[in-house]
Amino acid sequence: MSDTILKVENISKQYRLGLVGTGTISHDLNRWWYRVRGKEDPYLKIGEANDRSTKGTSDYVWALRDINFEVQRGEVLGIIGKNGAGKSTLLKILSKVTSPTTGEIKTKGRIASLLEVGTGFHGEMTGRENIYLNGAILGMTKREIRSKIDEIIEFSGCERYIDTPVKRYSSGMTVRLAFAVAAFLEPEILVIDEVLAVGDAEFQKKAIGKMQDISRGEGRTVLFVSHNMDAIATLTTRLIVLNNGKISFEGSPELGIKEYLKTDVIGSYYQYKGEIDKPKITKIEINTSLPGNIHEFGKEIKFVFNVQLPFDVENLALSFQILDESDIPITHLWIIDSENNIKRDVGKYIFKCKIEDPKLYMGNYTIRAYLSESKTKERFDYLDSVCNFKIQMMKTERQDYNWHKGTCKYIEESSWTVLKEI
Amino acid sequence: MNTPSEDSNWLYTISPKKSVINLNFKEIWYYRDLLLLFVKRDVITLYKQTILGPLWYFIQPLFTSVIFTLVFNNIADIKTGNGVPSFLFNLAGITAWNYFSACLNGTSDTFKQNQGIFGKVYFPRVIMPMSTVLSNLIKFGIQFLVFICFYIYFVFFTDVAFNTFPTVGIIWLPLVVFIMAFLGLGFGMMISSMTTKYRDLTFLVGFGVQLLMYGSAVMYPLSLIQDKVSQGKLPDWVGAFIEYNPMTTIIELFRHITLGVGTFSVSKLVYATLVSIMVFLLGLIVFNKTEKTFIDTV
Repeated sequence: MSDTILKVENISKQYRLGLVGTGTISHDLNRWWYRVRGKEDPYLKIGEANDRSTKGTSDYVWALRDINFEVQRGEVLGIIGKNGAGKSTLLKILSKVTSPTTGEIKTKGRIASLLEVGTGFHGEMTGRENIYLNGAILGMTKREIRSKIDEIIEFSGCERYIDTPVKRYSSGMTVRLAFAVAAFLEPEILVIDEVLAVGDAEFQKKAIGKMQDISRGEGRTVLFVSHNMDAIATLTTRLIVLNNGKISFEGSPELGIKEYLKTDVIGSYYQYKGEIDKPKITKIEINTSLPGNIHEFGKEIKFVFNVQLPFDVENLALSFQILDESDIPITHLWIIDSENNIKRDVGKYIFKCKIEDPKLYMGNYTIRAYLSESKTKERFDYLDSVCNFKIQMMKTERQDYNWHKGTCKYIEESSWTVLKEI
Repeated sequence: MNTPSEDSNWLYTISPKKSVINLNFKEIWYYRDLLLLFVKRDVITLYKQTILGPLWYFIQPLFTSVIFTLVFNNIADIKTGNGVPSFLFNLAGITAWNYFSACLNGTSDTFKQNQGIFGKVYFPRVIMPMSTVLSNLIKFGIQFLVFICFYIYFVFFTDVAFNTFPTVGIIWLPLVVFIMAFLGLGFGMMISSMTTKYRDLTFLVGFGVQLLMYGSAVMYPLSLIQDKVSQGKLPDWVGAFIEYNPMTTIIELFRHITLGVGTFSVSKLVYATLVSIMVFLLGLIVFNKTEKTFIDTV
């Protein structure tokens, strides 16, 4: 038997663009006039899908349009979408910050939201006072807070500063304290928006761990919005992808992430369309395991170079480096015709470089490519920092420790032998 | 217990429908700790990093009273009654007026002030203005003590206050405070709701409250106005405005029960009570209507 704890029915939210000014009042009066005569709001019939980048004709947009979904008890539902897809609007409606234009949400449990940590912190008050205030704002009673305050302080790691005004805290400490309060909330349904993007690596680890405890151990229902695909993949059990205010996908996180990444293209390939008066790299493409130049760690990856030669080249050399975010080359791969005794005549070539078992660690990478004559040392083409691609550690589970950016550049395959000294 | 077909199992529903009055007392009760913590926050943070600290509570009404006494009684020669020191007369008026105006000013920009916190997390919005009224009550309490101190000084240590004594009406004091709180809260909620979208009203509130003080018998007795109207020196409508301004009634009442001056009638008290309750309810309705969507328009 299904146990639905939250039911969202036909939720829509309309926003008016532009400034509030004298122009708005005529619309308000018009709306009021319709309502007085018992008619429907005329402005509800208009409005466009909320596509941020295109110029629209209407002043009204639908940030959300006819959203329907259900959440079961104990489920961790992920919600992802591009900027402006309606995620935050949905969460705001769920947490009763604003009300929907149409539709209904029914719930069987109390909803508490962590839309942004540290809401209501007052700089002049001490850490301890702020824990009470913030806890109460988030819906805890004083008694609940009192019973948990030691745990909260310990979790925040700010024990030494707890009786100092929060304005003396570093920004990281404020966030730690704020998250600590929120982490000890005990509503039936918890709504979380991007809180994991804060704090240092150690604290993020702690935060993700706590999230896992909340959702797995304590069987709480969690709605989780994030841009962090790794967190989504590890934490959620079901995923909703929002696109321009509508649900474009609902299902398993793995499929959902693929669906989402299709729409999320980062500077994916390089193409040259100019004149060819000397040998040129006309196109570079990376075949990643996921769309949008996102690659899962350890899976086969291919680098495809299209090269056009306007004349015969005796000793062609094509090579490329993979650069990390600070443009430091991690590896250098090449193909040199003279080593293989090949001479290339005029024409178009496709060079494919396959790495079956890449060891690149998670992070963002780019390519630097060279095209040269290896004997005369003449350089035909040189491309720097093209083809942005991203390695993610999705579903590569590591117990106890989460993956963190920047801990290394690559992971070597290795085997361990352990002997006990006698 | 959770059969999926039953709709009655839902704890609550979020929908765009707005009922006219929708004050969920159970919810407010649930958040009572928050209310008190907000009051605590207001009190402990107000005078942080000041040297005189809460002394500022005393200084403001004292100085205002001194100036009023100089201007209105010494220069303009307004009589406050025989045997009633004009300083004490003014201090009483200002203490009462301060509470009302602090409630009004404090609550009139609830939505604008708190849009940050209101935009992030839900709690009954009405908690915010209520906490303002409560924390101002503490301020009023302190100022009332100051008033009592001066009262004792004038009555027992000088001979100018030979006609000054509290009346049995003092039992009405809590009611008077209630009326002031309800009036301030009601008007404040209305103004705050009306200024979320169109900010025009905010400009009015700033000086409007100050101007209203002159129309609320703070620095003169109501009898003076009645005299002037009957002498034809003051237009009738001004007289009527001052007379039927509920704050005039409150200030007069406050002075009557503490100093024994001015007029007092039960009908006036009932009138002020009714007006304040109506203003409060109206404010609540407007506030409730606004709180659901204000975050989109503020």
